[in-house]
Amino acid sequence: MTAAAGRHHPQGMGASVARREDRRFLLGKGRYTDDIQLPWQSWAVFVRSPHAHAAIRGIDASRALAAPGVLAVLTGDDVAADGLGGIPCGWQIKNKDGSNMVEPPHPALAQGKVRHAGDPVAMVIAETRDEAKEAAKLVEVDYQPLPAVANLRDATGNSHSPAALVWDEAPGNVCFDWHLGDAAATDAAFAGAHRVVGIDVVNNRTAPNAIEPRAANGHFDPVDDRYTLYTTSQNPHLTRLLLGAFTLKVPEHKLRVVAPDVGGGFGSKIFHYAEELLVLWASRRVGRPVKWTAERSESFLSDAHGRDHTSHAELALDGSGKFLALRVRTLANLGAYLSTFAPAVPTYLYATLLSGPYAIPAIYAEVKAIFTHTVPVDAVRGAGRPEASYLLERLLDKAARETGVDRVELRRRNFIRPDQFPYQTAVALQYDTGDYDATLDLALAAIDYPRLAERKAAARARGKLRGFGISTYIEACGIAPSALVGALGARAGLYEAATVRVHPTGSVTVFTGTHSHGQGHETTFAQLVAEQLGVPFESIEVVHGDTDRIPFGMGTYGSRSAAVGGSAIVKAMDKIVDKGRKIAAHLLEASVADVEFSGGSFRVAGTDREKTFAEVAFAAYVPHNYPIETVEPGLEDSAFYDPKNFTFPAGCHIVEVEVDPETGVVEVVDVAIADDVGVIINPMIVDGQAHGGLAHGIGQALYEECVYDAAGQLLSGSFMSYCMPRAADLPMFRVGNHSTPCTHNPIGVKGVGEVGAIGVPPAVINAVIDALEPLGVTDIDMPATPEKVWRAIRQAGASGGGR
Amino acid sequence: MTVNGRTQVVDVEPRLLLVELLRERLRLTGTHVGCDTSQCGACTVWVDGKSVKSCAMLAVEAAGTAVTTIEDLARLARLARLADTAPAASPVAGSSTAAAQAVALHPMQAAFHACHGLQCGFCTPGMVMSATELVRRNPRPTEDEVRHGLEGNLCRCTGYHNIVRAVLEAAAAMRAAGEAGSTDDPAGIPAPAARAAGLGGAA
Repeated sequence: MTAAAGRHHPQGMGASVARREDRRFLLGKGRYTDDIQLPWQSWAVFVRSPHAHAAIRGIDASRALAAPGVLAVLTGDDVAADGLGGIPCGWQIKNKDGSNMVEPPHPALAQGKVRHAGDPVAMVIAETRDEAKEAAKLVEVDYQPLPAVANLRDATGNSHSPAALVWDEAPGNVCFDWHLGDAAATDAAFAGAHRVVGIDVVNNRTAPNAIEPRAANGHFDPVDDRYTLYTTSQNPHLTRLLLGAFTLKVPEHKLRVVAPDVGGGFGSKIFHYAEELLVLWASRRVGRPVKWTAERSESFLSDAHGRDHTSHAELALDGSGKFLALRVRTLANLGAYLSTFAPAVPTYLYATLLSGPYAIPAIYAEVKAIFTHTVPVDAVRGAGRPEASYLLERLLDKAARETGVDRVELRRRNFIRPDQFPYQTAVALQYDTGDYDATLDLALAAIDYPRLAERKAAARARGKLRGFGISTYIEACGIAPSALVGALGARAGLYEAATVRVHPTGSVTVFTGTHSHGQGHETTFAQLVAEQLGVPFESIEVVHGDTDRIPFGMGTYGSRSAAVGGSAIVKAMDKIVDKGRKIAAHLLEASVADVEFSGGSFRVAGTDREKTFAEVAFAAYVPHNYPIETVEPGLEDSAFYDPKNFTFPAGCHIVEVEVDPETGVVEVVDVAIADDVGVIINPMIVDGQAHGGLAHGIGQALYEECVYDAAGQLLSGSFMSYCMPRAADLPMFRVGNHSTPCTHNPIGVKGVGEVGAIGVPPAVINAVIDALEPLGVTDIDMPATPEKVWRAIRQAGASGGGR
Repeated sequence: MTVNGRTQVVDVEPRLLLVELLRERLRLTGTHVGCDTSQCGACTVWVDGKSVKSCAMLAVEAAGTAVTTIEDLARLARLARLADTAPAASPVAGSSTAAAQAVALHPMQAAFHACHGLQCGFCTPGMVMSATELVRRNPRPTEDEVRHGLEGNLCRCTGYHNIVRAVLEAAAAMRAAGEAGSTDDPAGIPAPAARAAGLGGAA
């Protein structure tokens, strides 16, 4: 494909085509899972544990069963009796000594014990939602509360008080103790260092909070002995695979999973959740479709959370400010159970990124993953990579302050240079391409860096402290090469699948295994097809989200859809064009080698003899004058694309804040970013993805945190207490791009869905610290709430820091 | 009450929320529920022309009122002859423009489309209803006024950037169409159109 070479089609590559999916959403005609009402619909409500840790001594459902409209009350005993499988974990990490991580059971409904507030204990099914809700209050669970550990500090214990155990089989609550890199080389580099800079950082725990709460509607049809699940999923085929092979244990041909319109995912809708299994199982038991929709406070207690690391890191530098080595020790909270991809997040999606965009000859990272009596932690937008960029970029700013080298210059001095690609890092990855100076220069120009001092002075005159924060980040996405991740413990392949069906009149249906829940695939994938096949944009339809219609797929996460899913579509179209050339050669009485295809026409090279794509498609389905001996009729092909490497978007995010020293309120006043996301299919959509990621990242840096008390109660469990960024909290974003095409996929795309959430949090905190430096504040953790900033200012003042 | 111009006579339980009536009884599923504490604004509709979070109002409280949901916004715009002056849906998307002509969008909807003011679409109905009412009250909002005016609506996808752009662009289109700042009637649309839409008198 030559898409990167230039635009052939007005709605092809590089055009800001307005989205075709908008219309149904704007007219209120979207069809989300909770909108789907099946004939004879019944409703499920879950009884969830109020305790972080307790033994279940008994469950009395008799009053609930007698309540109006109740069809069934199901518990962990019923789950066990029917032989349902536990929720599996999709990734197995090895300890330093080569042994496997601790992998405890994860029953769909609690059996014997509850292990976090919100752990589901019973399921009430009734005629209406209200009846199920009322009856759920009547289920009497006899709990014996047990000591709980709700944070990393308590879970890892100390000499005075050994920690309560989440799992008896995990001493010290350690799930795994893993490492990456060369410890000896790192130690040697530190021994010869001119200077060592250390930092401790906390990466705060966040809730994903897609605005659409999770929902599932299960239907067992006894006539064809088949199950259908409507669910809020980013990857319906993966859900089907896990249901089929592990949890419901029904062959996949008897399972249909539909993810219709999905109202945002941000990672939280990747995972196979118990509720999906339970509504299908319950539907068979009660003989009715069973629907469940989370309430928001239930989402806070049941959607996998993100982040939650504490880390210590040290950077070794030589006398000229060049990095010699990096050493990192991280504790990662996994919650009470292992969610689908949980073990991969603080390991292969985190420590492998610790080189950032810098040449660091030696790196050694140790990660200890810890169970706590909290909601499981898994991937949230960025997943591991924000934790890496936050650690590294905070550490770099500290190194700049301690060495006296300008923070921009220090970064520049250590960048991997364009002539060093492909660049093998000390932490396993090989970057294919990039130009980190280019994005740095773009962002600095956009923010007008030379006049920073003037802006600071102007702010001071208004009683505000202005701060400048920078982050030059890299991420790995377009996940992932199957053999590589398999060797690292993944229990799935991470290719993508596509089918391209050309209809007799030349219109095209694309079936993609990715899932669009805001990313605009129905538009961008149609642009890919318009570009490559030259057919009108209006004649292309993109179908996703239904396992009965789409052959297979691994879904959408890790900024993989364009790089992996788009590449599968391109590969399928390559096959179609190859076949079309054979058909056209026959029709044009030319040799196949002489037939060229471009702009929607097959042409005999050097002549004006041509057949349009539509004419060739028609001939394929009405094969009267046709090479029937050598070419099958029809024009449809499928492809599975397995990426050769990750893709490596990178860039520079700059934030300026103004802090009110009286109140501690931080205002983000300017954001200028420049990203290298590779070749861009639709600039409007790419900018939109960046905007959303920036808001998510600024949210983490300033507002958002899942706060647990020591007993394991989630204190920030609703939108009243968990602060989501709102329109008035954010400025307009200035977004620039400099593309170096990915070298190993046919489109040249890298991925954009996560860049904002990865790049911006350290820029925000670096800006806050820069603003407060005159007052003597040198450190602050996310989220930099007014209270935290105010206390930091007071503390620095009390200890005599600053002027 | 009337809902989207049609008289509705329904018996409801006292505790039924307006949003439950709309979604579950009347099957108007364009209005969404994103939270349980009236924070997210996905359920925003108009009651007698004013933005209301329909998860925070009992259905019985809406007796005798005129309720407008996202499903009816485009029709109201047509009735008010606003659609004729709506900007082309997109300068580049031929298909979208053609489709937009088939069923014209309200200028606010058209601006959300043109400015990429929506991604997953879940917050969009509430956002559009809030934003449209905001411009009717304040025909020349500043960026700051738009941002503060939308504080009751959460979006996790867009970072609000393109939503704010869309509202500012729609304000211009609505001013040109005479809708911005309009207080002719409870729903804020010209009186003849309001009568045609069934907003003149509630059942």
